[in-house]
Amino acid sequence: MKYEVVIGLEVHAQLSTNSKIFCTCANRYGEAPNTLTCPVCLGMPGTLPVLNEQAIHFAIKTGLALECSIRRYSRTARKNYFYPDLPKGYQISQYEDPICYNGKLLIETDGKPREIGITRIHIEEDAGKSIHGMGSGTGVDFNRCGVPLIEIVSEPDMRSPAEARAYLAKLKQILKYLNVSDCNMEEGSLRCDANVSLRPMGATTLGTKTEVKNMNSFRAVEKALEYEVARQTTVLDEGGRIEAVTLFWNDATEEAVLMRSKEEAHDYRYFPEPDLVPISVPEAMVETIRGQLPELPAARAERFLKAYGLNEETVRILIAEVEWARYFEDVVKTGVKAKSAATWVTGEVLRVLKEREAGLDDFPVSASRLGELIRYIEAGKISNQAAKKVFETMLTSDQAVAELIEAAGLSQVSDTDFLETIIREVLAAHPEELARYREGKKQLMGFFVGQVMKKSKGRANPKIVNQLLQSALESD
Amino acid sequence: MKISEKEVLHIAKLARLELTDEEVETFAHQMGDILTYMDKLNEVDTTDVEPLSHVHDMVNRLREDKAEPSISREDALKNAPETDGTFFKVPRVIKE
Ligand SMILES: [Zn+2]
Repeated sequence: MKYEVVIGLEVHAQLSTNSKIFCTCANRYGEAPNTLTCPVCLGMPGTLPVLNEQAIHFAIKTGLALECSIRRYSRTARKNYFYPDLPKGYQISQYEDPICYNGKLLIETDGKPREIGITRIHIEEDAGKSIHGMGSGTGVDFNRCGVPLIEIVSEPDMRSPAEARAYLAKLKQILKYLNVSDCNMEEGSLRCDANVSLRPMGATTLGTKTEVKNMNSFRAVEKALEYEVARQTTVLDEGGRIEAVTLFWNDATEEAVLMRSKEEAHDYRYFPEPDLVPISVPEAMVETIRGQLPELPAARAERFLKAYGLNEETVRILIAEVEWARYFEDVVKTGVKAKSAATWVTGEVLRVLKEREAGLDDFPVSASRLGELIRYIEAGKISNQAAKKVFETMLTSDQAVAELIEAAGLSQVSDTDFLETIIREVLAAHPEELARYREGKKQLMGFFVGQVMKKSKGRANPKIVNQLLQSALESD
Repeated sequence: MKISEKEVLHIAKLARLELTDEEVETFAHQMGDILTYMDKLNEVDTTDVEPLSHVHDMVNRLREDKAEPSISREDALKNAPETDGTFFKVPRVIKE
């Protein structure tokens, strides 16, 4: 039977605040275990939480970027459950009145645009981290406990694992443009759970859903969901029923294992948090934050297309990461043609970043130095091929670009006397080709250019070589 | 209002409490009595009255996003039931 896939995602993003959400401990990843705690985030009796203003601002900023309504009056709530990484025995979250609701996100798969509804965005605190496999017990590190999170809940609007992946990628892109989260899936600052169900094609009611957890990369999200869709299809095809269970994705074995059935699911007994007063968001505050919204990916793509005359594919690549787009514009600002800048950024720069699996933060060639190199090409002082070699040396050297070009002996030769000598030598060495050319086989022009370039070790200025060759070939 | 023994056991489980049979019976009665007492509130007409979650009108007691030094790990671990000097140690939470 043919089924329709229905997927909804719950995405948790750690906010890039300086301090935790309810106490003044630093919000930092990678510190020695249990060195970023205090009586508040350790849940000591008698301590009280005080809400971090920036967490609210970041949540609203995200809500506005995702076209949500912002709730004027919202409250925090206690979600009660026992787990060793949650020292208070409850997590402060939001329940009935999340700060943002009713938004949408436009995604594209195979060139088809689709609108995915955003049900809600709420703020909450992260839990500590359990370290398993410590002999007899489990170790707990509370550095992460109290780190501010937003949970972004989508409508069950996605119809394939590929769409779920596209949604997550788009969401990450926007969060990074907003600079509210660093969205590092490996470090857990962006986490994703999925609700998956199937229904017969054309049905309007939803089938029983399962929850898939622990997908720590885009690839894992797609793989895990494909796995779960296949599993549910088999169960239904064999006449079975889907049970509401939670599955844990194991990326190593590429299998989803059963965590617990939903019948034993937690009974969280939410109630309004008595230790925190409600949050009021006046219109003026929303407008101030709206005014601070950066240019978002869609608007940036539009501008790049118009202002720089680039093609859609190039723009799509350039805006994929906010820092790539910024770097590209910084290169353009050095006064080079936008097209050359785009070619270099999408070509050489991204190639190196991919090879190094690194970001632009620690990329050794600054935008201004790349701009300088491109200016040498545009001025005809160095060939494109030679520039690539110089670029390679710039990755490991801070020396002035001019010196690197000189040192590599790559400055382009435009000296006509020198080039004419080479041309004469080339023509003398290939009398047969020369004869055929003169009999009308004009395509051989490329062959002669190639020979001259080779003889000049790639240093000849191709434009001048062309002119000189033309006259040499026609003259005799 | 009646509270069944099953409900008492469910609540006890959520609170990680072990109860004797007598306690289950006692709490079933006591919780039932409390809810019966609370039922009195249903006699009040609350049409058009917003549910109250906080007793005062105060809103937005917010903190500037500034980090301050945390306590030392040594201090943090002082109340740990068990520790290896780095982590809080708890009974194993997942099966191998
Ligand atoms: Zn703290």
